[in-house]
Amino acid sequence: MVEFAGWSLPIQYTGVIDEHQAVRTRAGLFDVSHMGEVAVRGAQALDYLQHLTFNDVARLAPGRCHYNGLSTPGGGFVDDLLVYQLAENDYLLVINAANTAKDLAWLARHAADFDVVVEDQSGEWAQLALQGPLAGSILGPEVSENLAELRYYAHRWMEIEDARCIVSRTGYTGEDGFEIYAPWCAGAAIWRRLLAAGGKHGLVPVGLGARDTLRLEAKMALYGNDIDETTTALEADLGWMVKLKKGDFIGRDALVRQKEEGLRRKLVGFEMQGRAIARSGYGTFQGENELGRVTSGSFAPHLNKRIGLAYLPIALSEPGSQFEVEIRGRREAARVVPTPFYKRPQR
Amino acid sequence: MYPGDRRYSKQHEWLKVDGDIATIGITDFAQSELGDIVFVELPETGKEVQAGDVLGTIESVKAVSELYAPVGGTVEAANGDLESKPEAVNEDPHGEGWLCRIKLTNPSEADQLMDAAAYQELLGS
Repeated sequence: MVEFAGWSLPIQYTGVIDEHQAVRTRAGLFDVSHMGEVAVRGAQALDYLQHLTFNDVARLAPGRCHYNGLSTPGGGFVDDLLVYQLAENDYLLVINAANTAKDLAWLARHAADFDVVVEDQSGEWAQLALQGPLAGSILGPEVSENLAELRYYAHRWMEIEDARCIVSRTGYTGEDGFEIYAPWCAGAAIWRRLLAAGGKHGLVPVGLGARDTLRLEAKMALYGNDIDETTTALEADLGWMVKLKKGDFIGRDALVRQKEEGLRRKLVGFEMQGRAIARSGYGTFQGENELGRVTSGSFAPHLNKRIGLAYLPIALSEPGSQFEVEIRGRREAARVVPTPFYKRPQR
Repeated sequence: MYPGDRRYSKQHEWLKVDGDIATIGITDFAQSELGDIVFVELPETGKEVQAGDVLGTIESVKAVSELYAPVGGTVEAANGDLESKPEAVNEDPHGEGWLCRIKLTNPSEADQLMDAAAYQELLGS
């Protein structure tokens, strides 16, 4: 168990590699109750969220959610998050545990300008994630609604273990799967129920270690490593999420300018050429030029490769570009590759 | 249990002495604490070390750990199999997972390490 953003969480249960492979081939269950949840309601809830985020919240509808970011005036990230629309003028934001206090302060500060009420519900929700090709088979019989009808990035209220939960087809692993938001007091019972139900399918509990290797293979950003207040959404290769046409929002001017001037650097995926493993914080070089630092890096268990993410100058951001990572004083060869590193097989 | 044919360090390494050559590895406790080992960096033959010097590194998925020399000497050999099969350190830490062999500068240094019973007690505490 380790301390993570004020919570005590397991790095692993049986082993990072076993857990990682279980999620890729069968299913894994994560306790992600440390995440924060914030209710945003009111006549101007939509305008408020549009003002504070990159993505177009007007494209949501009750029962849909999307990946988004709270933007800084420079076009960077206060946080990345999921925005769920529960009903008209009624949204639920799911934010990173480590940023909960910061996000709440930011949200409160801007709420003064809108007819909106922002309520911290982090203590009220437990969150479990059930991920993997067998996730649907395991969860289906345990919920009150027809799970097969739930599409990607859609969500619905369902009963599990007599508790009323929000179930969404979302996740942080690159596999099919579900995130379940349950009333806090029901979390443990649902955890046990799912582990019992999933036993015959080979469901295992999964810790933080595999959570990180899974999301890295799927090239999903980790706040604090790959994105932060100093990295714009365009630099972070998340331009698809930035809807400049939706109207004005915090950071829009900076992003428009950056788009016009052209990016100077970009977040890219790379593979080490040898057996050494690049890790967050290691320096990146090309010849004598120091390029920056690795933002995330690890051994990728499913791919059996050593991969990572880093911001590189635009000239070096195309797949095939070669550079070096300094690992314990030695320069090791790396090559930019297309991402995501892993894409789940389509059925 | 921990084999009686070797000595143990506080850094959870074992040392098996044969004349003035010692084989070094990490203990079962150490491999279990580290988790899945995915990369091992071992010293070059001929490298001279003193007790406490860094001999190499052992990387698990999550972390990089240093391997310290439990005694002083000159590196004679490193386990080349670990390059392609680092998981051998997890699977057989006291056997196939051996890390390197050194020629001891001072064979009596090994006597200052713990025996199996003392190491067992260290773990039990």
